Amino acid sequence: MTDTLAPTLTDARGCPGLPRAEAALEAPAPGTPVSDPQAFVQRAVDGAARLELLVQGARCAGCMGKIERGLRAIAGVSEARLALSTGRLAIAFDPDRVAPRTLVETVQDLGYGAKPFDPAASQQEVDAEGRKLLVCLGVAAFASMNVMMFSVPVWSTMFGADMEVSTRTMFHWLSAMIALPAAAWAGQPFFISAWNALKRRRTNMDVPISLAVILASGLSIYETLHHGEHAYFDAVVMLLMFLLIGRYLDHRLRQKARVAARDLLALQAVTASVIGEDGSRRALALRDVQPGHRLEVLPGDRVPVDGVVRAGASDMDLSLLTGETDPVPVAPGQALRAGALNLSGRLELEATADSGDSFLAEIARLIETGEQSRSRYVRIADRVTKLYVPVVHSAALLTAIGWLLLGAEPRVAILNACAVLIITCPCALALAVPAVQVVATGRLFRAGVLVKSGDALERLAAIDHVVFDKTGVLTSGQPELVNRDAISNEDLAAAALLARASRHPLARVVARAAGPGPAAGNASEVAGAGVEATLEGARARLGRASWAGVVLDGSDGETELWFTRQGREPVRFVFADTLRSDAVAVVNALRQAGLSVEVLSGDRPAAVARTAAALGLKDWRAEQTPHDKAARLQALAASGKTVLMVGDGLNDAPALAHAHVSMAPGIAADASQSAADMVFQGAALSPVLTAHHVALQARARVRENFILSAAYNAIASPIAMLGLVTPMLAAIAMSASSLLVTLNALRLRGATGSEAEKGRQS
Amino acid sequence: MTAMFVLIPIALAMGFVGLLAFLWAVKTNQYDDLEGHGARILLKDYDDLPVP
Repeated sequence: MTDTLAPTLTDARGCPGLPRAEAALEAPAPGTPVSDPQAFVQRAVDGAARLELLVQGARCAGCMGKIERGLRAIAGVSEARLALSTGRLAIAFDPDRVAPRTLVETVQDLGYGAKPFDPAASQQEVDAEGRKLLVCLGVAAFASMNVMMFSVPVWSTMFGADMEVSTRTMFHWLSAMIALPAAAWAGQPFFISAWNALKRRRTNMDVPISLAVILASGLSIYETLHHGEHAYFDAVVMLLMFLLIGRYLDHRLRQKARVAARDLLALQAVTASVIGEDGSRRALALRDVQPGHRLEVLPGDRVPVDGVVRAGASDMDLSLLTGETDPVPVAPGQALRAGALNLSGRLELEATADSGDSFLAEIARLIETGEQSRSRYVRIADRVTKLYVPVVHSAALLTAIGWLLLGAEPRVAILNACAVLIITCPCALALAVPAVQVVATGRLFRAGVLVKSGDALERLAAIDHVVFDKTGVLTSGQPELVNRDAISNEDLAAAALLARASRHPLARVVARAAGPGPAAGNASEVAGAGVEATLEGARARLGRASWAGVVLDGSDGETELWFTRQGREPVRFVFADTLRSDAVAVVNALRQAGLSVEVLSGDRPAAVARTAAALGLKDWRAEQTPHDKAARLQALAASGKTVLMVGDGLNDAPALAHAHVSMAPGIAADASQSAADMVFQGAALSPVLTAHHVALQARARVRENFILSAAYNAIASPIAMLGLVTPMLAAIAMSASSLLVTLNALRLRGATGSEAEKGRQS
Repeated sequence: MTAMFVLIPIALAMGFVGLLAFLWAVKTNQYDDLEGHGARILLKDYDDLPVP
């Protein structure tokens, strides 16, 4: 950390972008496809090119500086800017001097995930609505502060200060000159929304707000004209200011969630490498691939659309499609589904479906039906609003009628009804939920959880059942060598010479177990079979049993590699997908919290049973298709359960969409990340626990805030109905209740975390 | 009393300058990447241009 101060500041928080052990875990796994970004480069008129990337894992100034400097150091790159809050990186470069692929690889080499963006799916739209709210908020805040300059002297007369009536009226006029234009301008969002609701013969929260603002302004002008004592100009702008704070916070949360969701969608913009008649290759956006196109799939790439292998042999990783961890060998003539990961050899594929027709598209349709069922959820705030509006209106009306019946003159009756509208105006109510959600999502963001939909936390707080996928969620999704003790160091070192020459994931595990060292110079890889080399004059093979020359009596279903050398006993390497380090603790903690837990996997029964047993779970299902999983989730919902689904594979995506609330790890398939409500980063499973914990706390704070606002209204409304409210009292009550709910929301920030969260931080 | 006729316009004008500064900040994208701009000042090759 030589060049900036920032990394030392953020180091303690465990920024994943820093070169530490943690960074290695967050970095894209070897073999993450670098889809050719050529198709997503935008050309400017002057010949310069622009590329937008979404960078994952950058969270501090150190990350930002490292990425921007690293890119600017490349000859031909003129500009690189990373926006930290969105993770969006804009690069301007000279297309003749730099290949776009180099840019993506540079960022990935620095240890961050980087993927090109489909500009069609995510136009750089300026958040116009957010700006409008911010400007309105600025105007309202300016007005409410400056009106106080005239209001406070007027109030001081209540404590015995002298003020002539003419001076008071002049102060009222000055207040009006500031407050009325400000209210007319800053009140627009409410007036427009209320008018739209009324046109459709409905009411919403903005109707009583607009009514209060207009009535209070009109009444204050009338009072001022008649040299009256009470003018509510200060209350009008202060009211708008508090409401706009709540509105702006709420908008920013929704906007953030919307951007996160849309970014993930844009990330699905993968390209396919199409082989032309003359053997040339060009990158084509996925939507332009037609059946019959001949595609090249290199090791490390994913199959872009459904197709049939025409040439080449390789092993495929289907874990995102089916949950199965063992690589599957493929040969010409075999059909492949979109999403399979090519591990070892180069393949030529003939597309049999276009992208709208492939397995991926079918998954997308399943997701859609799930999301429709979920959109029926009504947020707590909306339910409260439904109760609130009629109560306030009838209270104001009752006040006016009551005073008239008691023989008061109409001016007094309207004045008191107006006071009721102002005093019950939902300042605290409008802040109660957004303030809590801003604090809660901020805390989760720091814990590595990205909240993608506004009401996800509310839904998460209500769960009573948790469904886990196995591969990649409960387990790390990476095979580990399990019989290291049964292999002699000499055999391991010899096998590693061959293993280092291969990109196959099992070979990489062997190489990692042996530590760094040289690769055999004469090693050659036979795709779908193994690696061969000559060691000390003897032929050696590492790979499939049949290829290595081992005759087996029958398979015991373990994932294995065989290492044979001429004249020696064959050596067996056994692999298994190991549990995430804290999986047992997290599952136990969830069960202690009163939730039932179940495993739903596409993997073979033996593997699922072993995982379930290790976690002490009796409830598990294996060999589930995407349809089965979605159906199971629907059945659970029908039996009255509210379910949290945690899954990563493409095969989980429909289930994620059907669940009451869902989470996906950051290594998950893009479609699953889009379908999930929350995405968590890192090698640990504890963010699931943290999220649940924060969700429960957030719900508690929201409820307390509603109780606080209800209590405030219960005290303030009768006072207003009795006609005892003065402008000063209204101002104090309004700001006090708003401050109270905001402070209560901030308590979430300092609240002690769960055990698992503490463990992560220490 | 006459002092007020001088002081009130001055006070209002000062407040108004603050409001204009805020509106300018919103208009020049300075509220678009709150975290990034906050972190950027810690960089050595710091520049204060908003994200293009």
